[in-house]
This record gives sequence, C-alpha cells and structure tokens, in this order.
Amino acid sequence: MSRNRAIGSTLVGITRALGHALVSEQVARQPGLLQALDPRVRVAGLFSLVLAVTLSHRISVVLALFCAAILIAVLSRVSLAILVTRVWLVVLLFTGVIALPALFLTPGDAVFTTPGGALRITSQGVATALLLIARVETAVTFTTLLVLCTPWMHVLKALRAFRIPPEVVMMLAMTHRYVFVLAETASQMFESRQSRTVGVLDGPTQRRITARTAGVLLSRSIELSNEVFLAMQSRGFRGDVQILSEFRMRAWDYIGLTAFLAAGALAVWMGRR
Amino acid sequence: MTDPPIFEAQNVSFEYERVPALRGLSLTLDRGKSVALVGANGSGKSTLLRLLDALSFPSNGSVSFCGDRLTPEQFRNDEYAISFRRRVALVFQNPDVQLFNPTVFDEVAFGPLQMGWSSAEVIARVDTTLDVMGISHLRDRAPYRLSGGEKKRVALASVIVLDPEVLLLDEPTAMLDPRSQSQLIDLIQNWKGSSKTVITATHHLEIVEDIAERVVVLEQGAVVATGSPQEILSNGELLLRANLVHAHRHKHGEITHSHPHVHSHGEHKH
Repeated sequence: MSRNRAIGSTLVGITRALGHALVSEQVARQPGLLQALDPRVRVAGLFSLVLAVTLSHRISVVLALFCAAILIAVLSRVSLAILVTRVWLVVLLFTGVIALPALFLTPGDAVFTTPGGALRITSQGVATALLLIARVETAVTFTTLLVLCTPWMHVLKALRAFRIPPEVVMMLAMTHRYVFVLAETASQMFESRQSRTVGVLDGPTQRRITARTAGVLLSRSIELSNEVFLAMQSRGFRGDVQILSEFRMRAWDYIGLTAFLAAGALAVWMGRR
Repeated sequence: MTDPPIFEAQNVSFEYERVPALRGLSLTLDRGKSVALVGANGSGKSTLLRLLDALSFPSNGSVSFCGDRLTPEQFRNDEYAISFRRRVALVFQNPDVQLFNPTVFDEVAFGPLQMGWSSAEVIARVDTTLDVMGISHLRDRAPYRLSGGEKKRVALASVIVLDPEVLLLDEPTAMLDPRSQSQLIDLIQNWKGSSKTVITATHHLEIVEDIAERVVVLEQGAVVATGSPQEILSNGELLLRANLVHAHRHKHGEITHSHPHVHSHGEHKH
C-alpha cells in the first residue's frame, strides 16, 4: 500500500469511527439497566465509580471494578465487541506506551535483566504499569458506558443539573455534533487532493500538505462553529439547554444511586494503601 | 395611523473584518408580502438576511422591525429577544449548520423548547409540523444522515414549527435537484398563505416568479433596482450588469451571435 493510500485509509477510518460514535444514540434508546435510571443518577453514579478507580491503590480492587463495568455493560445490552474494539484495545495501545517506561524505571526487585545488565524489569515496575493500565481501562469503560447508554442531550442536561456552567456544556454539545462534520470535511479534502495527485509523494511533501490541510480545517471549523451558534440563536437559544424530557427521580433511581455511591465508597476504602 | 413596515433598513453598512458587505443600503419591506432578494455571489444577500434576523447589527445606519430599531441592547432583554425569535425565523443556506440535534424530532422541537412551551404543546406542534412537511417518516432519523432535499425540509420544519410571521430563506433551493426544488417551493407556498412575509435570497432567477411578488436586486452591497418579477426579469441590461445572467453565444445557421441569457422554467427565450 502506498503512503498516500495509507493516510487516506486512516481518514476514512476516522470518519467511520465517528459515525459509529453517533450511532451509539441507538444503544441509548434500547431497554437496559443504565437506560432505566434517571440520567442524573447515571452521571453521578458512573463518575463516582470513575473517582473510586482513580483513588484505589490496589489492583485487585480496580479489577473488581472492571468486572462490575462488564456486568453493567451486559445488563445494559452494550455489545462487548464494541467495548473491545473501540475502548479496550485502543486504551491498551496508548496507555501501554505510557506505562512501558515504568517497567524499567521503578526501583525494586528485578524479575528480568537484559544480558549485560543495562535494563532490568522490577516487580514493582510491573505492578505500577498494570495498575495504570487497569485504572485507565476501567475508568474509560465506565465513561463509555455513560455515553453509550444516555442520549447526548440528556448527558448535557444532567451536567447542567450539577451546576456545570452552560458555556462548558455548550462546548461539549458542539464538539460532539460537529466533530463528525469536520471529520467528513477532512476526508473530502483529502480525497479531493488524492484525485489531483499523480504518483507517490515523498515524506516532507506529505507533511507539508497535511499541515496545510489542518490549517484550512481549523479555519473551517471556526467558521462552522460561528454559523452553528447563529443558527441556534436564531431559534431562540439564550445559553441554556432545554430538552423535552423532564427528569424525575423514582424509587428505582434512589436505589441505583445508593448502590453506585456505596460501591464507590467501598472501593475507595478497600483500595487504600 | 398606518402600521410601520415589517422591516425598514436605512443607509445600512456592514463590514466583515474591514471588507464591506453592505454599503449604505436602504430598503422597506411590507407586511404579508413575498420578496426575492436577488444578486450575484457576494452582493450582500446573506448579510442582509442576518441583519434582518438580528444575528448581526449594522456598523452604520439602522434596521427596524415593526418600528423597533434592532440593536444589541434591545436583545439583552430576554422578553424582547424571545418574542422576536418567535416572530422572525431564518433558514440557513447550509442545512448542516442548522441541524445539530440527534434526531429529526429533537431538531424540530428545539425552537419551541427555547420558547418555554409546555411539553404537551411542543410534542403536538412538532408532530403536526412533521406531518405538514411530509417528513413524519424521518421522525427518529439522525439529521446528518439525510439526503440534501430531506435536510432542507427538516431545516424548514425546524423554523416553521414556531409559526413565525416572517420567514427569511437563504438560497433555499441551492444544491437541490429540480424535483426537490419544486417540492420545496410548493411547501413554502402552501405554508405562506396570505398573511406571512417571506423574504428569499437567491440567485436562481428561474424560481423568482414562483416565490415573490416583489424583487429587490442587490449589487455590491446596495439596492440597484426593485420591481415586480416581470419588470425585473424583462430588464436584460440590469440583469447582465448585476451578474445574474450571462452572455449566451450560439449559432443560427452560419451566423454566431450573443445576447443576455435567462433560464426560466426550462424554456430559453432567444
């Protein structure tokens, strides 16, 4: 595969992935454990578990929370294939790169030494790297479950209920909606360039063109965001998100919230140093 | 005492980062009329619509709505802003700009919710509007996945749901195939009836007779002519000067000649 094609495939892949992200609205509409709870409970409950993950220092506790995340996913009818391909593998790749140096740099008992003794992996280093990867995997899984099982506008309204400033909430709303349009634009710009390119471009030319494309895309995104804001203003938007569904706490929601908060508190207590 | 005009622009100038878009434009638009703003690209049509919708304000001169001067200070008053947004609606040229909700239903419900209507009223109005616009089958679809014609219909539904007195349309038929163009014009005509004011910016002269009783020609940010569609469309010299028609070269037997060329309802008048 030529370099040109490789970049093209990547962009097409990005566009497809973003399309999938927006299709997740469909998951949010099907019946399930999380879907049955008030969006505010989902936001508060899952964030309390994320907090518990970050405050836990024992890998056994973090792994228990990871198992809880899988159980919640199954009961909420979220496909584990989605979590594997879109969350776990991606997080493993990126966090793995970050955690790698910890294997060698953390002082402790050596479990493996390279010939000549230049590098040595310590048991403490392995534990640190595993804890980091487990924490990130679990925290991202909880966050993904929230986004998959809750229509985005409900997440935004729930955030407003927790007094998050309207400006921040609107930034999230815009980002979610228009990241897809911008990715599609980037893909079209690349295809347009591809159609006018003969042969394989060398590395510096590729980088120069990519930098220019990024610059043009940034200008377009600023223009688009201004236009969108005007379109919202034109229809009466005054800075506060209004949606049709009125949130109402029922007995089930209180039970769910208590369970989430209790699980989070227990994890923090059991996971202390 | 007679009612003030629905819009009055007096000596309006507007600039985009020192690039003038409108230069001393003056215009009066009457209540209940259909008006087409025609002009070439860059003549100031879209800018004028934004000023009429109070999304921007003139750098010089004034724009008034029903006798009230539109100013940023005026729009800091929530009551006035909501009332104005309820009465005046704008459909943007690019529907992607206007469709930012997860489903068509949410999109059409966005405006009524901003107005503070009750849930029951919002649901009833949205369902009626979807029905009138013939898009009930798209109710739960994601707007970004629709075809160009469907997106335009949803964008139109998203403002018509408010039943505004004034509808501002920016190039409503741009990028639509002929059938979708015709359907969209029919929808606007059916909705309008006799009491609404519809102001359409376009450079498609072939739709002007269908959508307007009065035509305003813009050139380089100023009004250069107004009149009935027949008066304007028959003035070849004006249209050529305003870049709305092109010189058409063709052969009659062995003789080649050129003349201004207007596309109108699939028929060429030579």
